[in-house]
Amino acid sequence: MTQAVAADLPIWAALPVALLLLLGAGLALTGTLGLLRLGSFYERVHAPTLGTTLGIGCVLIASMLYFSVLQTRPVLHEVLIAVFMTVTTPVTLMLLARAALYRDRREGNDQVPPPPPPPRGGQEEGPDGTTEEMAAMDRAELAERR
Amino acid sequence: MTAAALLLTWSVLLAQLFLGLAMAFAAFRVLWGPRAQDRVLALDTLYVNGMMLLLTFGIRTGTTLYFEAALVIALLGFVSTSALAKFLMRGEVIE
Repeated sequence: MTQAVAADLPIWAALPVALLLLLGAGLALTGTLGLLRLGSFYERVHAPTLGTTLGIGCVLIASMLYFSVLQTRPVLHEVLIAVFMTVTTPVTLMLLARAALYRDRREGNDQVPPPPPPPRGGQEEGPDGTTEEMAAMDRAELAERR
Repeated sequence: MTAAALLLTWSVLLAQLFLGLAMAFAAFRVLWGPRAQDRVLALDTLYVNGMMLLLTFGIRTGTTLYFEAALVIALLGFVSTSALAKFLMRGEVIE
């Protein structure tokens, strides 16, 4: 049976904690359901981000509120996890999508767009390509496609 | 048991059920994912859901110990997913 929650909170704190917990867990469940049900990998890579951003945000705010009221002092550890997740999730998913695209192109899968054309040989690329050079190359490529 | 404690107990239980179900879905995708990138993505989702489950356990027991475990899981999840994505790209280059 259910184990009782450790301490009694006033109702004005218990209500938002409960709502935020349910919202966060529901969002995580929805995102994972999308991971289960969607058709292709490139559709599936979007679904879990629902739980990763908003879901974890709701649960972390609930935890912060709960412990702050419980210990009668502001408890802000959870900001660490929130910042960390916000920073790392796009990086990992971009790496993963890039690896998947590479694998699909290598296998000659026609569901993915072809690789971009290589830059023209006339353009000098410095030994260490700075961002301005890269931006100039991108602009040249765009002008070429038009 | 007061009304607030009752509400909190049941909502924590329901949230844990949701998260357990989400972890089961992700585990299904890890086991039956058609390709390697699906498995890696599902493993990342499994990490995130497990972290949220640990946070709800922390709320249920009222200790901040679970928070440390959640932080460690967040760090390991990032490292493992990025390492596996790198492997998916580089492993075939070496082939």
